Amino acid sequence: MTGDDDTPRMGFFTDTSVCIGCKACEVACKEWNAIPEDGLELTGMSYDNTQRLGSDSWRHVAFIEQRKPFGGPEPALTHEDVDVFAAASRLGTDPGSPDGHTELRWLMASDVCKHCTHAACLDVCPTGSLFRTEFGTVVVQEDVCNGCGYCVPACPYGVIDQRRDDGRAWKCTLCYDRLGVGMEPACAKSCPTESIQFGPLQELRERAAARVRQLHTAGVTDARLYGESPDDGVGGDGAFFLLLDEPEVYGLPPDPVVTTRDLPAMWRHAALAAASLAALAAAGFARRPR
Amino acid sequence: MSGRETPAGAQPGRRRRRRGRGEQPMVPDARFSSYYGRPVLNTPTWKPLDIAGYLYLGGLAGASSLLAAGADLTGRPALARTAKLGAAGAISLSLAALVHDLGRPARFLNMLRVLKPTSPMSMGSWLLAGYAPLTLAAAAGEVTGRYRLVGSAATAGAAVLGPAVATYTAVLVSDTAVPAWHEGYRQLPFVFAGSAATAAAGLALAAAPAGQAGPARRMAVLGTALELGAFHLMKHRMGLPAEAYERGRPRTLLRAAEALTASGAALALVCGRLRDRRPALAAGAALLSGSAALRFGVFHAGVASAEDPRYTVLPQRERLAARGS
Ligand code: SF4
Repeated sequence: MTGDDDTPRMGFFTDTSVCIGCKACEVACKEWNAIPEDGLELTGMSYDNTQRLGSDSWRHVAFIEQRKPFGGPEPALTHEDVDVFAAASRLGTDPGSPDGHTELRWLMASDVCKHCTHAACLDVCPTGSLFRTEFGTVVVQEDVCNGCGYCVPACPYGVIDQRRDDGRAWKCTLCYDRLGVGMEPACAKSCPTESIQFGPLQELRERAAARVRQLHTAGVTDARLYGESPDDGVGGDGAFFLLLDEPEVYGLPPDPVVTTRDLPAMWRHAALAAASLAALAAAGFARRPR
Repeated sequence: MSGRETPAGAQPGRRRRRRGRGEQPMVPDARFSSYYGRPVLNTPTWKPLDIAGYLYLGGLAGASSLLAAGADLTGRPALARTAKLGAAGAISLSLAALVHDLGRPARFLNMLRVLKPTSPMSMGSWLLAGYAPLTLAAAAGEVTGRYRLVGSAATAGAAVLGPAVATYTAVLVSDTAVPAWHEGYRQLPFVFAGSAATAAAGLALAAAPAGQAGPARRMAVLGTALELGAFHLMKHRMGLPAEAYERGRPRTLLRAAEALTASGAALALVCGRLRDRRPALAAGAALLSGSAALRFGVFHAGVASAEDPRYTVLPQRERLAARGS
């Protein structure tokens, strides 16, 4: 799915390798879109007190603390041959830790609606409230949504949710109002490290591929793109990511599939089941008329 | 900076390797990782009483319409009356539950704003928009005894749409990312069809005289066989998310459903030969409550499967491993 003929499909490339976890994107999003407060909780999940995407969090910065060995020598049983002065002189410059201690790796990633090419939320919406914009993004029309809640369990990424007091479904609009007047979305605008990059999807894909190559050359072999491939189960994401670990570590599904891909088969099975029910009832009447 | 990251990233031991390919998803992977154990999916916001109730009442109505038409055709007026009133009452209640569940009930007519084949809820709304008036017309004809032709036409029409009303709800819940619902999409319509048959048969057994309830008794037995058989198959084929049906509240509900439905069907088999009305009443009550327990069990199992990231992540990992990537 591309945008209109004259409007290219727009999206986000979120490069988590340069995210510093400042949450400027979360704040800018809340401010610009006038999203209500949704609880001030201290979770103990590293610096993450937002916890998840939902009706009142359209950007969510995930924080993952990992212990990873830094590839130093195996710990020796005795320490006679360790030159402590030489080791001390390397402090701060040598990543290797002679005693085999591990060091903390801190992953941060700003998550957002993926604006799927094949969007389950949009497919299942019975009112037509969810629609595809001229920028190829997926947006809820709040004056149409009747709060049926179908989009909530349909989204394979756990993005869209219903606001309890208001009853309607809400999610990232990729700042549809700002795009309309040629501005970039609030989160991308506020990101100080350009972890969130906004632009025509095609261009972002090229930029992302170059970035992965660069990181691999530098030895960061963990770097991988997530959601950029048009061949995945949702036809590719309009908002895709560069990750440094498996997707599920960040709370993302490793192989999401748009549920409506199986819908024709579902209707076929339901039709067969309906026929069976009718046959079953007929069988009930067919025997010994009374 | 990247110099420091290099060794951290290059740790081969962290890569999850799948041994089990394809067929043994019941074995949980010890190296499964998640984000602080948080669910990947957002939990359905549907209210259990409204939506499980909607699934149940839709089934009761749809199968009752079949009984009503059959009873009309074979000259069983008391059975026809029970089934027509039952269908009209159940579908009215189910529509009320559906509207009650909306975040903006005043906007319920927006359901008919578009006709969308990709949305089972849209298709279902149009289906009900056709079906509900037919059941009401059939029931009105029955009660007033006037406009017989209109009444029979409505009864026949409702019987044509009834089976779809009873089974489309399986598509409604399967067409989501919820593992325990989606992965059962092949069998769930049959489970719901069987469950609809037992519910309608239960109502007929409890309310119609034994002399006319023969078809309902046979429907109870056949429906039970279909429901239990399809449900067993569904859990067998589903892989890991089937666990959600075997734990906690869903397990209790589904065990109760099984026991109630099976004993209701057994009672239905014998009560045709008894003079006493009480066994038929008991059979009817058991079948009706068994069908309800099944819908609530399926509903809660789905919610539980959405709340545990294992059911989302592990089957997807299996899939990736099977594709060799
Ligand atoms: S990520 Fe979820 S909410 Fe966003 S477009 Fe895809 S299905 Fe819809």
